[in-house]
Amino acid sequence: MTQIDERAALKKFLNYLLLIVLAIIILAPFFIGIWTSFLPTMDIAKGNLFSTNISFDNYVAAFTKTPILRYLLNTLVISTITMIAQLIFCSMSAYAFVFLKFKYRKTIFTLFLITMMLPFEAEIIPNFATVKQMGLLDNYAVLIVPFLTSAFGTFMLRQSFMQTPIELKEASDIEGLNHFQFYWNIVLPYNKISMITLGAYSFLGSWNQYLWPMLTTFSNNSRMIQNGLKQLQSEETFNDWGMIQASAAIIVIPTIIVLFIGQHYFKSGMNEGAVK
Amino acid sequence: MSTILTNVSKSYDSDKTVLNDVTAEIQTGEFFVIVGPSGCGKSTLLRMIAGLTSISEGEIHIDGQLVNDLPPKDRNLTMVFQSYALFPFLSVWDNVAFGLKARKSTSQSEIEERVNEALKMVNLEELKDRKPRELSGGQRQRVALARAVASDAKICLMDEPLSNLDAQLRIKMRQEIYALQRKLGLTLIYVTHDQVEAMTMADHIMVLHDSQVQQIGTPTEIYKHPANEFVASFFGVPPINLLPATKINDQTIKVNDDFEMSINQQVPESEFQVGIRPNELMLEKVDELTANATVKSVEFLGDEKIVYAKMAHNDLEIAAIVASDAEFKAYDTILVSATEKVLLFNHEGVNITQMEAVVNA
Repeated sequence: MTQIDERAALKKFLNYLLLIVLAIIILAPFFIGIWTSFLPTMDIAKGNLFSTNISFDNYVAAFTKTPILRYLLNTLVISTITMIAQLIFCSMSAYAFVFLKFKYRKTIFTLFLITMMLPFEAEIIPNFATVKQMGLLDNYAVLIVPFLTSAFGTFMLRQSFMQTPIELKEASDIEGLNHFQFYWNIVLPYNKISMITLGAYSFLGSWNQYLWPMLTTFSNNSRMIQNGLKQLQSEETFNDWGMIQASAAIIVIPTIIVLFIGQHYFKSGMNEGAVK
Repeated sequence: MSTILTNVSKSYDSDKTVLNDVTAEIQTGEFFVIVGPSGCGKSTLLRMIAGLTSISEGEIHIDGQLVNDLPPKDRNLTMVFQSYALFPFLSVWDNVAFGLKARKSTSQSEIEERVNEALKMVNLEELKDRKPRELSGGQRQRVALARAVASDAKICLMDEPLSNLDAQLRIKMRQEIYALQRKLGLTLIYVTHDQVEAMTMADHIMVLHDSQVQQIGTPTEIYKHPANEFVASFFGVPPINLLPATKINDQTIKVNDDFEMSINQQVPESEFQVGIRPNELMLEKVDELTANATVKSVEFLGDEKIVYAKMAHNDLEIAAIVASDAEFKAYDTILVSATEKVLLFNHEGVNITQMEAVVNA
């Protein structure tokens, strides 16, 4: 009996040991990054990571000496608009694919899926040519218009909407709800979790964009944050690593907030009790 | 002012017929039960009345109006689903109010009055702020009922509303639904596969089988004068015993080569099936030589016992209800006989019993 207990305890100990080691490996760079953002650049350059000269100087410098606030604002506006647009358009097209019966529904959906399989990088040259023709370069529009909807979002919401019990649709039909009322009053609340997931996904996707804004924006007026961060490295004659580190921390914070808010909703059992 | 189905049929594609030529009249204010085994098309028929499924052929009239092409909302009916179809993100109160709010024809104060009244009627007043997931199965069922009660529609459709509940709750809800229907004077069209529900609640029963209407009648008619073998065996627990029989003379028939019995009617055919309800069978413990059956098992039900026995010929099994103090046990040899209250079916399964013979018996 005791032998088994000891074995179980040892197994538990080893499990936790493994988890702790993995956690350290994954989290260490992150914490080192945050820590160095509080250190003077001189200490970082000397490799003196255990310095005690910690202060918020780097953060003050990031906000006062660089256009990071402008980048943040640009990115926040673009990410928010992209997120809202994707939620609206993806959910509407997903609704059509699930609840409306029309000719060639499957074919059109397959076309949607095909566009999803093509990586964005592969479309980047024709897309660039298009937006250039339209005169959208270096403008908010060029960062928003191509991302107003996404095949992945449609696909994800379609799968989710298909889980909506058909009885809810029938009950709504009997009460005389039209398609928009059913979509707005029943389907969206019922699939709240998927909507939040897609919202977080598209917000973060937009926030972390790098290649497309690098190609299409040239001025601080429309530059997005990730490109701005890169800009800090070359703009300075010597790299002020402490300040760059502080900027990186500032950039990361909103994404962490989004994840935490999202996580709050990823609780299972939200829809229990609809049927059965 | 009634619901009339005329030659209604439903087929998917060209070859698969789900319902064939259903004709019926459902009176206003009656409890009409559509019953049949799974896959007989009963839910499809209900959905056609509701307007959720299109009608392939035939006509449905509600209150004198042809509704074939009318959308569900214009048919002025409500529906209670097997799975309840509650909205998980709405409270009980909002779930009940949902239909009234959607129709927009009712004023806010009237909605409140109706919803509170409906919740009171199903004893859910205290739970009105809860979400469906915080309710038990029976309470969810009540919310679904309250939704139908709150509506001003005079026709209510129910699709196996009790099949997700446990046995005791089912009996309780059965009585509540029946009481509600009587109190509100609803025309209730109720689909079930449970013959007990059909027998206990219905004013009229429609028996569906193989996409066809087998019989429409009151519970008594259906039980006493089943149209055919299927209807006879569908109603009654344990089911009716169907045994082959031959005619000996006008007064006597021989059942399954095992026993002779006298009957008080003319039998038009020489070979036929005889249906004997379990409580019309008489069992007697005898020695092996005179016996015509062997007991297989005995179920004790309190005030009676069900004896399952195997007949000497044709490997047929019968079930008989005997008094609970009767002493039978497995492997007992017994002599089976029957009273004169039997049903006769021809080789096509159609009931050929003479009506008055049964009534007088």
